[in-house]
Amino acid sequence: MELFELTIHELSQYLKAREISATEILNAVFHRIEEVEGKVHAYISLMKETAYEQAKEADRRLARGEATDITGIPIALKDICCTKGFPTTCGSRILQNFIPPYDATVVEKLQSAGAVFVGKTNMDEFAMGSSTETSYFGITTNPWDTERTPGGSSGGSAAAVAAHECIAAIGSDTGGSIRQPAALCGVVGMKPTYGRVSRFGLIAFASSLDQIGPITKDVEDCAILMNHIAGYDPRESTSVPEPVPNYRDFLQGGIKGWRIGVPREYFIEGIDREVEDVVRQAISTLEQAGAHIEDISLPHTPYCVATYYIIAPAEASSNLARYDGVKYGYRSPDGRDLMEMYKRTRSQGFGDEVKRRIIIGTYVLSAGYYEAYYKKASQVRALIRRDFDLAFERCDVILTPTTPTAAFRLGEKREDPIQMYLSDIFTISANLAGIPGISVPGGYTKEGLPVGIQFLGNHFQEGKLLKVASVFEKTAKIEKRRPLL
Amino acid sequence: MKISRSEVMYVAHLARLELTDEEAEKFTSQLNDILLYMEKLNSVDTKDVEPMSHAISLHNAFRADKVEPSLANEVSLANAPDSHGEFFRVPKVID
Repeated sequence: MELFELTIHELSQYLKAREISATEILNAVFHRIEEVEGKVHAYISLMKETAYEQAKEADRRLARGEATDITGIPIALKDICCTKGFPTTCGSRILQNFIPPYDATVVEKLQSAGAVFVGKTNMDEFAMGSSTETSYFGITTNPWDTERTPGGSSGGSAAAVAAHECIAAIGSDTGGSIRQPAALCGVVGMKPTYGRVSRFGLIAFASSLDQIGPITKDVEDCAILMNHIAGYDPRESTSVPEPVPNYRDFLQGGIKGWRIGVPREYFIEGIDREVEDVVRQAISTLEQAGAHIEDISLPHTPYCVATYYIIAPAEASSNLARYDGVKYGYRSPDGRDLMEMYKRTRSQGFGDEVKRRIIIGTYVLSAGYYEAYYKKASQVRALIRRDFDLAFERCDVILTPTTPTAAFRLGEKREDPIQMYLSDIFTISANLAGIPGISVPGGYTKEGLPVGIQFLGNHFQEGKLLKVASVFEKTAKIEKRRPLL
Repeated sequence: MKISRSEVMYVAHLARLELTDEEAEKFTSQLNDILLYMEKLNSVDTKDVEPMSHAISLHNAFRADKVEPSLANEVSLANAPDSHGEFFRVPKVID
């Protein structure tokens, strides 16, 4: 085993035993990056210089015996998290030269725990996309098959973890952007409850839906990162002052007698047969572990995608109004007056998908259409949430496929927005309802592509999700394969 | 047609975007498809349903009215495409 292949909890033990140093781990990770990054392109930028300083500092901290369980661990950050003094692009030309004057709260928290930042990962522009193909900085490929997409929008983070170009990563999830790429890349990804993790310093896409979460090699690592990033932040007024449990405590014990709901609306036409087989297999694994499987209904499921693609663009059109070429970011040199400067800046600075969503969002919020679209969608959203409230009266957690198919081919859906939007069909509901979700590897298709299993829980029940995911991981014993790069 | 080309051009103007002919063509057809897809929602009965704007019901997040440190002027201007003294500089607004 190479060092870069290990998990946080494995490396942390070696570090604390002083068998290896943080600098050695970082050397191994950068060596790996040199080896495979040409094929994967998971990163927009590498933070080599500061990473080595952080590794040295971590080694000193380890020597003093003051280390945490992530001290000296190389972590990748999605390029949507502000890093003080280091470019943060959000995958967009408009922020190509933006250097944040402050760190995001997650960055600050990980840094003070001694993490080492490897670099900023590639993503769909402003997190709008499901394939990482809308990035201004080029596409990222899926390490399992470089002709295919890693998913998105946190495709760079998921691909970096799968290709062992970091030990773990941070992503963000507005409609599935952590869970969908985690599923397509065969890694673990969690979207916490809305309000669980501070979004201060996360570049905003759709503020009532955005949430930050970990992408890791296994469930234990997910719990470890959750321990470090969760919690109230006075700088983020939607973060919730709810106590944070020790998520590692949930990795013990079983799920005997738990009720796991399987919503019939998630087994739709269009779901790939092989994906369905993997999910059915997961269901019987959990039954063997002592859970009761309940057939449940979430009747408003068919409306999730339409609801989301009204609400998310509406919020985005408002959030992205700030990119006007005045305070930061790109400014077009050829605007003769202010109006022309605004228009040229935004038209040259944003890519197609971002423009499409700004136009949809502006349209659904405009006079005469607000009631028909935005208000209607907000009402349907309330019904979607009510479906979950009722389901969680009967179930501990809900199990679904994470995605309807395994990784699709690069370019396959690029010019067909609706087909692209439908690849988030199983993940969007959690964002609309504000509940947490986790995707864990469930198996492979015949072609060797990973398939993800999603668990959804009630608000602030991340612990339950980690427990069921951990039991599943231990019981299913999915064969560990390594992408051939 | 749910949305015409001229409506797309008008909404783009509201959003301060300039579209090429090719973009206007493509977006009009794609936006029509998307808006048609959204018609699905019309079959949902939402009578008396309170619209939901936030996932977690939080009420006013108050804090003490106390001055906290904030970014210094030169730090705030550091990313500006153009600035002058303590100000952001923009092209002329009116003739």
